Amino acid sequence: MLLLFLIIVALVFAIQAIRAQHLITSALWLAGVSALCSVLFFLYGAHLVAVIELSVGAGLVTVLFVFAISVAGDDVLEAKPVPPRFLTVGLAVLFILLLGWYVIPGSTASSASVVTNPPLSEVLWQERGLDLIVQIVLIFSGVLGLLGLLAEVKAPLDGSMAREIGARREHDLDALESQILNSQDVVK
Amino acid sequence: MSFSLFNLAFVCGIGLLGIGFYGLMVCRNLIKIVIALQILVKGALLGLVAAGNLNGQVNLGQSMALTVIVADTIVAVMGIALGVQIRRRVGTLDIRELSRLKG
Repeated sequence: MLLLFLIIVALVFAIQAIRAQHLITSALWLAGVSALCSVLFFLYGAHLVAVIELSVGAGLVTVLFVFAISVAGDDVLEAKPVPPRFLTVGLAVLFILLLGWYVIPGSTASSASVVTNPPLSEVLWQERGLDLIVQIVLIFSGVLGLLGLLAEVKAPLDGSMAREIGARREHDLDALESQILNSQDVVK
Repeated sequence: MSFSLFNLAFVCGIGLLGIGFYGLMVCRNLIKIVIALQILVKGALLGLVAAGNLNGQVNLGQSMALTVIVADTIVAVMGIALGVQIRRRVGTLDIRELSRLKG
C-alpha cells in the first residue's frame, strides 16, 4: 500500500514538473520526484543507490537548477507546444503502452534458478571496474566542461569607459613622446 | 495478472519514462528539457534497480544504476551550463528561437 502511494505521488510530481509554468517550481517538483525515487530504491533493497540519488539527484542537481534559473532568469514561455498536442499525447501513450506490453508480462520473480549475489564491493571494483574508470573520466570531463562553459565572458566595454581608457592611453603616449624628445635634446 | 511488487516498480518506471518523453516533445525551454530528461532517466533507474531485484542480483543493478546516476548528473550539469551561456549570449532559452540562428 505504501509502495502504491509512493508510486502515484512520484508520477503526479513528475507530471507537475512538466506542467509547471515557472522553472523554479518545475525544479522543485523534480527534487520531489528524486526524493520519492530514492525511497523506492531503498524499499527495493538498493540502499547505496538510494543514498546517492537522495544526495545527488535531490540535492546537488536541484541546487544547480536553482543557481542556473537565478542566473538565466525564469522565462515563462507560452505553453503551446511545437507539435500538435494530440500528437504528443498520443505518442507518449503509445510509448507507455508498448513498453508496458513488452516489460510487464515478464516481470515475475524467478525463484527456480538460484542466482549468486556477490557483495557490492566485488561487483563494483572487479566485475564492473571499467565502468568505474569511465565514471572517473566522465566526472573530470564534466568538471572541465563546466569550468569552460561557466567562465565569465569579458563584458563589452561601455562607451564612456572606452573613451576614458582611450584618453588615458593617448595621454601616456604623449608623455612618452615628450620624454623621447627631451632625451634626444639632451644627447644633442 | 496480479500486480506484484516488481510489476509496480516497472509501472512506475514506464510511467516516468513516458512523462519524460512527453516533456521532451512538448517543452520549448532549454532548462525544462533538461528537467524532462532527468525524469526520463529516473524511470530508467527504477527499471534497473527493479530488474536487479527481480533476478536476485541487487548489487549488479545497483552498480549499473550508479553509473547511470553519474552520467545523468554530468549531462544535467552540462545542459545547465549550456543553457546559462546561451541565455547570456543570445538572450533566450526558447529552442524555437535558437533553431532560427544562423552563422
